[in-house]
Amino acid sequence: MHSDQDSIKKSVRSYMMIGLALFAFTAITVAVNQVHLAVPLAITVALIIATTKGSMVASVFMHLSHERKWIYGALILTVIGFFVLLALPVLTINDNIGTPIHVEAPAAQHTGH
Amino acid sequence: MNIPYTIEERPDTGLANGKLGIWLFLASEVMLFGALFSTYIILRMGAPEWPHGELNVWLGMANTFILIGSSVTMVMAWASLKLNDWGKHRLYLIATVLLAAIFLVNKYFEYAAHWAKGELPDHSTFLAIYFTLTGLHGIHILGGIVVMLYFLGPGAKLYKKSPEQFTNRIEYTGLYWHFVDLVWIFLFPVLYLL
Repeated sequence: MHSDQDSIKKSVRSYMMIGLALFAFTAITVAVNQVHLAVPLAITVALIIATTKGSMVASVFMHLSHERKWIYGALILTVIGFFVLLALPVLTINDNIGTPIHVEAPAAQHTGH
Repeated sequence: MNIPYTIEERPDTGLANGKLGIWLFLASEVMLFGALFSTYIILRMGAPEWPHGELNVWLGMANTFILIGSSVTMVMAWASLKLNDWGKHRLYLIATVLLAAIFLVNKYFEYAAHWAKGELPDHSTFLAIYFTLTGLHGIHILGGIVVMLYFLGPGAKLYKKSPEQFTNRIEYTGLYWHFVDLVWIFLFPVLYLL
């Protein structure tokens, strides 16, 4: 019981540190936006910072850094399902069912040398 | 009738039922918001031009700070219960509800400014996806407030009867709340900055 309470007390410190880091990263995101980088670079930087912040929330606040395998399993299945859904619109773009097939006229045959 | 495995862990999963339940719910939420994020990507990739500077970045940043702060108070509300400090738990939970309410008030001012200019969802593709994503997120904030108010009101009685079960319920509420924060962490740069 005591060791449980000690570990919670240690965790409280890390919650505060992560909270401060999240504030700092948010300020950095907005500061980088004010610099007016090229669009591809701005998107990359903003998404890297957002992913870092998201990982911090998930691993520390949601305790995903030390969870049971059933929860990891459920989340891995979700990620796979998400990417399958993400791919669906791409598949519909490449889908040519129902579009007429244009048969090209046969090229002139070479009959001899 | 007692519902089994509300406190103790199931031998097969190693988890209390409620915890597996909330994670499965969050998995379905990932799919819901994921579908909307991919819709945003497809709409933006296909658009000949995309508006910039339509939203108030400073209000969006303030709301990001508010939600991050509420995530910290939420996890502290749970940690206080683990440390058997009922008074601090109540304070942190009230702070979380207040921060969530401030977030919604800010959102109301943002929406009101758009409506005053006639910028409704049918105005442009950007505003359609903006109102859809932030509206759905706002509904989630409202849902979280209702649950937290329940645990501050009638739901608090459970603590006297079964403190461990109550602590678990606060943990599950916290998981939901952190997820709502997580969604906003991505919504803010995607909608306000890029």
